[in-house]
Amino acid sequence: MPRYGMVVDVTRCNGCYNCFIACKDEYCGIARPGYSAPQPMTGQTWMKILPKERGQFPKVKQDYIAIPCMQCEKPGCAEGSDGAVYKRGDGIVMVDPEKAKDRPEIVSKCPYRVIYWNEIEQVGQKCTFCAHLLDAGWKEPRCVEACPTGTLIFGDLDAPDSAVSQAWKRAEAMHPEYGMGDKVRFIGLPKNFVAGAVVFGDKDECAKGATVTLEGEGREATAVTDGFGDFEFEGLPGGASFTLSIAAPGYMGQTFTVKTSKSIYLGDIILEKSS
Amino acid sequence: MAEQTFVNCTGGGPIRVHVEDGKITKVRPLVFDETDAPSWTIDVDGTKYTPYRKACVAPFSLTERSRVYSDERILYPMKRVDFDPDGAPGSTGPGGRNPQNRGKSGYDRISWDEALDLVAGEMKRIRDTYGAEAIMSRASSHHNWGNLGYRSGAWARFFNLIGFTDILDNPDSWEGWHWGATHAYGFYWRLGNPEHYDMLEDALRNTELLISWSNDPDTTHGIYGGTDSAVWRLWLRDKGIKTIFLDPFHNYTAAHVGEKWIAYRPGTTSALAVAIAYVWITEGTYNKEYIARRTYGFDEFKSYVLGESDGVPKTPQWAAEICGIEARTIVALAREWASHRTSLAGGTKGGEGGACRQAYATESARHLVFLQAMQGLGLPGISIWGTANGPPYNHTLEFPGYAQGGFNLIAEKPAINPIKQRLYRLTVPDAVLDGHIEWMGEGFCGNSIEQHFTKFTYPLPGHSEVKMFYRYGGSFLSTMTDTSKWVRMYQSPKLEFVVNQDCWWCNETKFADVILPACTNLERDDISEWASSGGYSLHASGSANHRVIVYQQKCVEPVGESKADYDIFIELADRLGYKDQFTEGNTFEQWIKKMYDWSDMPKYMDYEDFKKKGYFVVPQLENYKPAYALRWFAEGRACDTPDTSNPKRGTDKADELMTDTGLIEFVSQSLMRHTPDDDERAPLPKYIPSWEGHESELFKKYPLQLISPHPRFSFHTHHDTRVPWLSEIPEHRMWINGYNYQVCRIHPEDAEARGIKHGDVVKLYNDRASVLLGAYVTERVRPGVVHSYEGASRYDPLEPGKADSPDRGGCVNLLTPGRMMSKNVPGMAPNSCLVEMCKWEG
Repeated sequence: MPRYGMVVDVTRCNGCYNCFIACKDEYCGIARPGYSAPQPMTGQTWMKILPKERGQFPKVKQDYIAIPCMQCEKPGCAEGSDGAVYKRGDGIVMVDPEKAKDRPEIVSKCPYRVIYWNEIEQVGQKCTFCAHLLDAGWKEPRCVEACPTGTLIFGDLDAPDSAVSQAWKRAEAMHPEYGMGDKVRFIGLPKNFVAGAVVFGDKDECAKGATVTLEGEGREATAVTDGFGDFEFEGLPGGASFTLSIAAPGYMGQTFTVKTSKSIYLGDIILEKSS
Repeated sequence: MAEQTFVNCTGGGPIRVHVEDGKITKVRPLVFDETDAPSWTIDVDGTKYTPYRKACVAPFSLTERSRVYSDERILYPMKRVDFDPDGAPGSTGPGGRNPQNRGKSGYDRISWDEALDLVAGEMKRIRDTYGAEAIMSRASSHHNWGNLGYRSGAWARFFNLIGFTDILDNPDSWEGWHWGATHAYGFYWRLGNPEHYDMLEDALRNTELLISWSNDPDTTHGIYGGTDSAVWRLWLRDKGIKTIFLDPFHNYTAAHVGEKWIAYRPGTTSALAVAIAYVWITEGTYNKEYIARRTYGFDEFKSYVLGESDGVPKTPQWAAEICGIEARTIVALAREWASHRTSLAGGTKGGEGGACRQAYATESARHLVFLQAMQGLGLPGISIWGTANGPPYNHTLEFPGYAQGGFNLIAEKPAINPIKQRLYRLTVPDAVLDGHIEWMGEGFCGNSIEQHFTKFTYPLPGHSEVKMFYRYGGSFLSTMTDTSKWVRMYQSPKLEFVVNQDCWWCNETKFADVILPACTNLERDDISEWASSGGYSLHASGSANHRVIVYQQKCVEPVGESKADYDIFIELADRLGYKDQFTEGNTFEQWIKKMYDWSDMPKYMDYEDFKKKGYFVVPQLENYKPAYALRWFAEGRACDTPDTSNPKRGTDKADELMTDTGLIEFVSQSLMRHTPDDDERAPLPKYIPSWEGHESELFKKYPLQLISPHPRFSFHTHHDTRVPWLSEIPEHRMWINGYNYQVCRIHPEDAEARGIKHGDVVKLYNDRASVLLGAYVTERVRPGVVHSYEGASRYDPLEPGKADSPDRGGCVNLLTPGRMMSKNVPGMAPNSCLVEMCKWEG
């Protein structure tokens, strides 16, 4: 039996929302008997898109993080549910649409907040990896079929050659600290960046080829400014402090302390000629 | 009943529709199987690029279940409660026609017979009294799909047969390219867009840098290609080809693959372009050999750029002040561009950016052509390419695009409109209200560049003014400019009778006297090719990775009492005495078969198999050899691309462009011949400050520049609020206090200065109108610029029927200027729009 999992490659996502819509199309107003009660037309996002904007004008990055149910190996929502929430042999976590009725506590047990309360049906609901379709012979859920960029990679985590197993090696859990054994992992979850634009002050010209060094938190990285004088350090942890040094032959260097409380665009950094 | 599946097509791609018990239960992208033709592969130095084995459709295409069953469907024929057809034209009060109440009053359900008798009766009366030209009609674009059952099929056949005053469309998605670039490089038969053959392969092989200038293909999809080209841009990115975005908005393609964002001020494209040319001229980094060999009039342009002719050198410092970016950034951009083989994604078809819909955009579009001419347009990797069309393409299977003639291709007797009188879409309300209008330029000038100079007068001498409007669809309040005037027109007694035929309650529907409910193309059969418009966009299906010919299978019965457009027109034709001519004795199915027979499809697939399977994937040619767009021109040889609409192709001038000189013209000879003294579209284009921009007097009162590009999550006015799922996308619409507002993006500085917070209801206003929107505070717009998409599906004035009431539906085109691009150019300029914003306390 396969053990289903998914990798979300955030670096490929264009924010088209096709997965979000395909999911709505599959479940809104339609019961999948034995699997899920009809989802209300609005209000639930079994495939949730989290838009994430970073930086400051004009150095901005925009990412979209597609968040289904994590199909945890140790699902918190199942604890104490007396079988109302259960894990299938293929690892998919199911909220039984009948047994889970009138049990709103199931919703609040999920730290990812991906179980939604259905007021009409009085039941908690969530992504099932389209288990009813997999059981009918489909190879992938609706969201994956609708994805135009290869962002969503689905398959058998126990098959070492599967695309999902290969991608899994590069992927990270969204919240490893929850320790729930998530079976949805992510590539390129946006962290923090530090960027700036270096200018040769005497010529009022973009400083191409300046060397920028970032040190701190046990790491050291170097970047060389491009034709616009731009440099960038990606993937930095939040809440950290770094020392940033800029050097260019014939110019006085500069050093800053940068705190990554968020992604930071330092703007123009003007280098003056060394005397 | 067991589940059945059907194949159909949308404006964003082909779909597989699942149906149970007569109801749609799923709408999926069409997935290809092993019986379908293999996909192409581009091999670049051992790396193989091949597309997904499915139709990557647009997001809105996946909403069709929700849209078919939308609460906003028109279920029955309706008559306005205070419209009495026995009343005299313009009569008010009980027993009157009460045109002043259009947009305000409610409707009564009536029977189809009553509705059709009423509409046919009014058509007869008006034709008998005033002549056939007294009926005007126009179809909206994009709400359905299909070659025969939709606008270029059923609607066009009916009206061309009976005769009517047609309304000429303006090329609203690429205005500046159409009215301007044609005078630099020809391509009038593509309405100003260059050919795009094999540009994907050229880019993968040869391009080193992409400049995306007012270009957002991830949103505009090459018009109908859905999300099929998104993966191309990932291939390019992953190959290390950087993309620099020039746009006041950090657009969706920038979000996806952007490397650098240069947010220059709207309306200043030309200043930025000529300053780049200044850097190249002064640093000698342009292709002098190409300029000498393949262009005309460069010295005059050079003289302008250097300031020799007007005393103003167009230096980066000069442009920096105008464009609101640093001079050093312009210099760096110019150097990056010139030092790489650079493809310019310049907002032509494929990217459709907003810069080409601004004051004097004819000049900026020509300037962009000039920049690539200076680098050698057509040489390897150096192109004008929107990054959303031009994969390996088998053009040899002939199948008509939707605008390629429709019924006229297959009817024994084509329907040709006998009426010569025309109106122009942007100025229809002015024409109706004033009773007279003149303009120059034929809208879609696809047959000759001379059509740019055709003069029109309304009414045409000897012709009646229009007295009746038969509106098919209802998008103009949200897609044209200064659109409060449409409300005023609809309420004028000069329109004695107004009909609206549509599937949904669109923003013009409730201005009709009688409403006829049409069904969607999921509720009837049709035939088409994905993304193929044909006509002035030959081989447009190259915005998708596979050519897919679709037998559009009826999936479910029409909702409510709605009917197929073709069936509605049969009923009217019957009542007007045209039924036999309209149908020529054919059933609709027989027409479909005739179009199949007209095409090359019989060589590839049996009709019954095609009808049953629902689609055919056109196989790639064996030993396919790319023929790169414009390479022939750059190399001075005969055109070898499949652009059979190029009039010089196959002649002894096949190495020339369709300009007067056959070269890229810095000084346009077609403009020299026709309008040599026009200082707003002069033979040599110049930077001209916008008539509504940061240098305008009005800027003091309205200091924010509104840009309203084509929307991300809907197709113009279609889908949007009809689909509650789209309303949940926070970047599209916001729920605030129980109402679903379209979002308006504003920079944090501008928001803070006005006491506006993210999620506030705001009023965007100027002297033309006010629109209520949800504030979306973001670093992704330039300070001083606000961004809200055109195309809201809903017009919802606080006081219904009042033209100057604030609208909360999100029709930002109520705010945009009705002024034409320039005095001789009838293009729209919605992105030249000054506004102010405040928090709405109402």
